Amino acid sequence: MKKLVSMLLALCLVLGVTAASAAVPAEEIKVGYICIGDENEGYSANHINGLKAAQEALGISDAQVMIKYNIPETEAAYEAAVDLAENGCDIIFATSFGQESYVFQAAAEYPDIQFCHATGTAASASELTNVHNYFTAIYEARYVSGVVAGMKLNQMIEDGTITAETAKIGYVGAFPFAEVISGYTSFFLGARSVCPSATMEVRYTNSWSDMALEKETAEALIADGCVLISQHSDTVGPATACEAAGVPIVGYNISMIPTAPTQALTSAACNWGAYVTYAIQCVIDGTEIPKDWCHGYSDGAVHITELNEAAVAPGTAEKVAEVEAALKDGTLHVFDCSTFTVNGEELTTYANAYGLEGNEMVSDGYFHESEVRSAPYFDIIIDGINAVVEQ
Amino acid sequence: MTGAKEPLMHIVKRDGVSLGRAMLVRLVALVFALLVCAAIIFGLTGMNPLNVYAGIWDGAVGTNRRMWVTFRDAAILLCVGFAVLPAFRMRFWNVGAEGQVLVGAMASAAIMIYGKNLPSWALYALCPVAGVAAGLIWGVIPAFFKARWNTNETLFTLMLNYIAMQLVSFAIVFWENPRGSNHVGLINSQGKEGWLPSIGTNSYLLPILIVLALMVGLYVYMQFSKQGYEIAVVGESENTAHYAGINVSRVIIRTMAISGGIGGLAGYLLATGVGHTISTGLAGGRGFTAIVVAWLGKLNPFAMLLVAFFLVFMEKGAIQIATQFSLNENASDILTGVILFFILGCEFFINYRIELRQHAREEVKA
Repeated sequence: MKKLVSMLLALCLVLGVTAASAAVPAEEIKVGYICIGDENEGYSANHINGLKAAQEALGISDAQVMIKYNIPETEAAYEAAVDLAENGCDIIFATSFGQESYVFQAAAEYPDIQFCHATGTAASASELTNVHNYFTAIYEARYVSGVVAGMKLNQMIEDGTITAETAKIGYVGAFPFAEVISGYTSFFLGARSVCPSATMEVRYTNSWSDMALEKETAEALIADGCVLISQHSDTVGPATACEAAGVPIVGYNISMIPTAPTQALTSAACNWGAYVTYAIQCVIDGTEIPKDWCHGYSDGAVHITELNEAAVAPGTAEKVAEVEAALKDGTLHVFDCSTFTVNGEELTTYANAYGLEGNEMVSDGYFHESEVRSAPYFDIIIDGINAVVEQ
Repeated sequence: MTGAKEPLMHIVKRDGVSLGRAMLVRLVALVFALLVCAAIIFGLTGMNPLNVYAGIWDGAVGTNRRMWVTFRDAAILLCVGFAVLPAFRMRFWNVGAEGQVLVGAMASAAIMIYGKNLPSWALYALCPVAGVAAGLIWGVIPAFFKARWNTNETLFTLMLNYIAMQLVSFAIVFWENPRGSNHVGLINSQGKEGWLPSIGTNSYLLPILIVLALMVGLYVYMQFSKQGYEIAVVGESENTAHYAGINVSRVIIRTMAISGGIGGLAGYLLATGVGHTISTGLAGGRGFTAIVVAWLGKLNPFAMLLVAFFLVFMEKGAIQIATQFSLNENASDILTGVILFFILGCEFFINYRIELRQHAREEVKA
């Protein structure tokens, strides 16, 4: 009974808020966008493509959007956000992790404008009602790209290039925190779902974007016996190393085929357009944007880039379609606890996710990634993965 | 009869060019620069250059807030410029302002983080003291080595920049939020403890006033004090300074303490008044741009003010023309480069004049 009352109260609250916020017609809405780079840099280009997709879907003209390029993760992000607000934007997106606190600082001064921040973590705990975090369930696409990698490993085992015991994957990670850990774990689980003997070695570069260092790290992994490489970093550095060494590579966000025509398999990628369209639509309709948003295959928010027919194992496309369908209809969970162990034991409970301590994440046999908060929080090193923190 | 052929033109040093004339030459140079820029803009993009100029103006000072941001950022850059000024007057090539700023910012940030619960007056007092002291120490280290063992100060101060960056990286390990993200984010964003206070509702004004006061103080110190004179003498010739009974080592260390301290002050302003955070990129290359500011301003604090304002003005304009015309930052770098080329080039015409070959002068006296 108590539960019902509180639910009703919550509903009233939501409806009340909804009624309060005014709708803005699509032809009048103004959208602000803050990028850490410009269209010449992969990460920002991917976000800008998301905005373009939203513009197309909603019929928003270029004159209605203002993009601030090359805004670093400093007070410049605050100034950019405030400037966009003063120029009449109804909704402002910021796309780089470190811009979050600055953009929310601006949000406090402009309570009638919606501020959406990609990859951030602070919205749900914030007292502000006009700040939002969004992410894509990229772990789903990583899982699928892992399946592609696992098929490739199987092919290599079959044709005798490697043995089942030497099926070691190398992973170039950016920083040793949840977003990256969640990413490589999902990739690894995807690979192991088809190639059970696979293991993985992770090395961190401590940088999101460092072409030379990522290339070196990939080379070091290859030298250490890794027979397939993947990455959670922004450049084509690892692909360059892989093409030279003749080692297959699974990329991130952009297709690596132009860089590694004989070795690139596919890349896991975010479709930011799904959220940007949704959030702008909310402002047009005058409905509330949730504090956290994280969707995957079911809403077309993630995908894997074109499979490289010259490199993938036969039958990959069919298998990918099968896995994607299972993710879409919810029969397959990436972090299914029956598929991995931690220190030799199955994970049955976990309430220590950093920043979300006290929230039980394991139920119904799987780890509920990105449900409590949009940014990933799976930060457990599972068996089979050896993570090396350098520096 | 002359044996040697006279060249087509001579370059002759001018002396005593009037200030008005010098300003006129500079104005003409600026006009030329804008014409060349216009040609480049039109040639490369086909856009109306006047619209692009309007965009730069709009981006830098187009709204009240943009104007304040431009003024504030120019003030910060100027402050870092002042961190190299006394040293440069002494011909001590302090290229370590970046590091001096960083350690100053780091010390202030540390006070903000660990002193969050202190009474606010203590926090307001401790942050600048810590910042200035850290910068001062960072400046004195190379000065001591220079004075004692005559080490190369250019290399020494440059290397200290990297050590400062590593120190900041190390500190971030303890202060980062969330863990592993390598980011500190806004410090004390809730209660704003230790943040440089606003004057009324204007959070940009106080750093500007501090830097302007510093400018006047520094001008008086350099121009009218005995110590300022000692700096100039050591800069001209250490031997002369020795002969005049000046303790050169002492002047070197004292001056670098001032330079480093000002760098630390800039770091304090950045950490508590501008960025409210600490990161290896907080100084943002200002320590090196400051060298440009100091040289273009001919080590004159008031001229440096103009240079700093111009550089920041163009930087802010660049963001606007990127947004408005999809011209990325490189476009405005080209424009800034062209303008600087003409402004610097015109100094030549202020100091020298060109004389064409004069046949009339062939009557050589016997």
